Amino acid sequence: MSKVATPEKIKAEVKDLNFHYSAFHALKSVNFPVYEKKVTALIGPSGCGKSTLLRSFNRMHDLYPGNRYEGEIRLHPDNTNLLASDVDPIEVRMRISMVFQKPNPFPKSIYENVAYGLRVRGENSRALLDEKVEQALRGASLWDEVKDRLNDLGANLSGGQQQRLCIARALATDPEIILFDEPTSALDPIATANIEELVTELKDKVTILIVTHNMQQAARVSDYTAYMYLGELIEFGVTDQMFVKPQKKQTEDYITGRFG
Amino acid sequence: MDNVMLREGGVVMGASTSDRLKKKRLRNLRESFIESLLFLAAFVSVVTTVGIVYILVSESLNFFAEVPLVDFLTDTQWTPLFADAHFGIMVLISGTLTSAGVALAVALPLGTIIAIYLSEFATFSVREAAKPVLELLGGVPTIVFGYFALIVVTPALQKIFPSLPGFNILSAGLVMGVMIIPYVASLAEDAMRAVPMSLREGSYAMGATRLQTALRVVLPAAISGVASAYVLAISRAVGETMILTVAAGSQPLLTFNPADSAMTLASYIAGVSMGDLPHDSIGYKTIFAAGLTLMLMTLALNIFGHWLRKRYREVY
Amino acid sequence: MNTVVASNKDRDLAAIRSLIQKHKRWDAMFGILGIVCLMVGVLTLIALFADMISTGGQRLSWEFFTNFPSRRAGQAGILAAWVGSTLVMVVTAATAIPLGVAAGVYLEEYAPKNWVTDLIEINVTNLAGVPSIVYGLLGLGIFVYTFGLGHSILTAGLTLALLILPVVIVATREAIRAIPQMVREGAYACGATTWQTVRDHIVPYSSAGILTGVIIGLARAIGETAPLIVVGAVTFIAFLPPASGTGEPAAGVFDWLFADFTVLPIQMFNWTSRPDANFHANAAAAGLVLVLMTLAMNGLAIWLRYRMRKNIKW
Repeated sequence: MSKVATPEKIKAEVKDLNFHYSAFHALKSVNFPVYEKKVTALIGPSGCGKSTLLRSFNRMHDLYPGNRYEGEIRLHPDNTNLLASDVDPIEVRMRISMVFQKPNPFPKSIYENVAYGLRVRGENSRALLDEKVEQALRGASLWDEVKDRLNDLGANLSGGQQQRLCIARALATDPEIILFDEPTSALDPIATANIEELVTELKDKVTILIVTHNMQQAARVSDYTAYMYLGELIEFGVTDQMFVKPQKKQTEDYITGRFG
Repeated sequence: MDNVMLREGGVVMGASTSDRLKKKRLRNLRESFIESLLFLAAFVSVVTTVGIVYILVSESLNFFAEVPLVDFLTDTQWTPLFADAHFGIMVLISGTLTSAGVALAVALPLGTIIAIYLSEFATFSVREAAKPVLELLGGVPTIVFGYFALIVVTPALQKIFPSLPGFNILSAGLVMGVMIIPYVASLAEDAMRAVPMSLREGSYAMGATRLQTALRVVLPAAISGVASAYVLAISRAVGETMILTVAAGSQPLLTFNPADSAMTLASYIAGVSMGDLPHDSIGYKTIFAAGLTLMLMTLALNIFGHWLRKRYREVY
Repeated sequence: MNTVVASNKDRDLAAIRSLIQKHKRWDAMFGILGIVCLMVGVLTLIALFADMISTGGQRLSWEFFTNFPSRRAGQAGILAAWVGSTLVMVVTAATAIPLGVAAGVYLEEYAPKNWVTDLIEINVTNLAGVPSIVYGLLGLGIFVYTFGLGHSILTAGLTLALLILPVVIVATREAIRAIPQMVREGAYACGATTWQTVRDHIVPYSSAGILTGVIIGLARAIGETAPLIVVGAVTFIAFLPPASGTGEPAAGVFDWLFADFTVLPIQMFNWTSRPDANFHANAAAAGLVLVLMTLAMNGLAIWLRYRMRKNIKW
């Protein structure tokens, strides 16, 4: 793992991360770097812990009782340990946005959906909100489709549009990292292609971590890939190399479809 | 045996088949007889509604044969049993609205806060402990609350407001409000708990706190259910009888002041019924006119609630 | 250059942290507010009990249950009231349970999708929201005068039965709906008719849920005062309904149905509204009996539901 030689800047580092759901040991000593303004894909068979790992980055597990982290996720440049008990999960979530498996727009207008993160931060200046909302919707390539009906309910959009709305929502607060948790698993192929294109565009602005069960998708959108199995990180590397010449037999079996 | 079974209902073959046919006919007869019985039981609810509407409307028509509708709606006194009889229903409506207003000023905010607290803040054990307490509170008979309002709350209030009369709307309304809290809290909580977790996660993932998530995402998402809870609370407050009969007195005053003693539509009906009302007396007819008014108010509320639910149906 | 960015970042973080602290204070304040609001309910319950026990507790003697009401507070008891309540409940249960369960079964297992069914469903929903005093008017106008049943136990029982019918119907429907479709399919696959399926499977399997609803309904009925005042319950009664076969001439089996009556909540109401404070002790004692009865019934229902949730696994 450490052999990956790149001049890239590291945005975050996962160090010896263990995670427990009550008695279940879901992540076992996971280590890997997340490079700035790159897309890192987390792949592996269902139940391997890839979503658990992703949701550790914004401390979503803190919402439910009985969950326990050990180890560190260091966020740079300030070298904050996101998992430290004295770091507020809210602070972490203000810096790291998330897009979910199923589009989950709030029961609000399109405008208010995008403005939500800013409202939560106490931002009420209409001019600033207008500007940020437009910027985010443009960033999510949704602006042209919705600019005339910003006051419509977000739920009235199509599935793919809803997911792009959720991406706009995540973008609006200028996060340092965006987490994507299988963002296309509920979408049709055309909407999926749109989201994938969007993800590749977004990496110029923001660091991206994406969980996917679709290996072609990982190959298409990501710069780095981490392969996980049964809670362990089996292999991490540059996506192109990993898909062409995996270091480990297990990874090869998975990638070539022999198992999983 | 199998053969016979197969041909049953087809070609008639010998005595055993006709026996089977007879059995089958008997069975079908029994089935449809039972179905009719069950249907009649279900239809009782329709008959009940028809009965209520019939008795209220027919007795009210008798009432309006003696009292002009204009007097009923515009007179400012309600003294149907006096020699100088007045029939101004506004008097009773004012008491009803005032007492309901006091009760709702307590029940709606407290009920909503409790619902939000239980649904979004409380730990599992607090919730499990609070729910039965609320249910028990909602199960206390209203006459007991009436006793409590008159014997405990009114004297306590009189220590704060010495000029408060022994019978007053305030005390009855406050106690009625506490009585209604469990209805609001439990229905609103059910509505909020039905909001999918994915919406909450979406909000928390944006860095929202519990309160922000509760007020900006969960409550709006559950608004239709919460509105239903409110409508139910209002109709309970409007129709409540015993607390007011016991604690708010029997003075028919046209007032919107909670410190006054007053009568409501329901407490008038109960109060007058306690005396001996001859069938066909004007007093007898007034209780149906008051009942019809009460029923129309509740009906309007129900229709409003239905409209609200349609307008703000769950959008998640 | 780098240091400027870093210090910017630091300032941002400081701003975010102070914002979070502010928001968390709101969270904490709301948590306290929630507890306070809950406490309003809890304290009301406690105050209610404390007052009734301290005012009426010493009145709870054997004589209190075996004496008729009296003009002297110290000798008055609730014999007529609790007997009346019991008999009215017998009529209510005997009417509401079969009608409510049958209606619930019909709506879940038989009803076709048509306007008649819609009409019935709308009626059940709306009847649940009709104020109880209006049921009293129904009882007075229909049972007392149109059917000529008089101000009797029968009238009271029937009126309360109509009042709690929606509760029983809704509980029955919910209990039936919890039965998975495969149970029905299993029964039908064995050649059972609809009625056989209902009788042998649907009703038995949903009986715990139905019972819960029935108990909650009866707990409500036993505390109802207003409709019984309207149908003409008597507040001062110094005799019991005729037991069948007793008296001269011997009372028939159903004569008690047509007797005058009073019930516990009305007895309590009567004592509460007397100016003489001595009677308030009686009211408190009667209230205590009434509350304990309804609480016991509600508690039983909660317990049943809890057991049901624990035990049934499909």
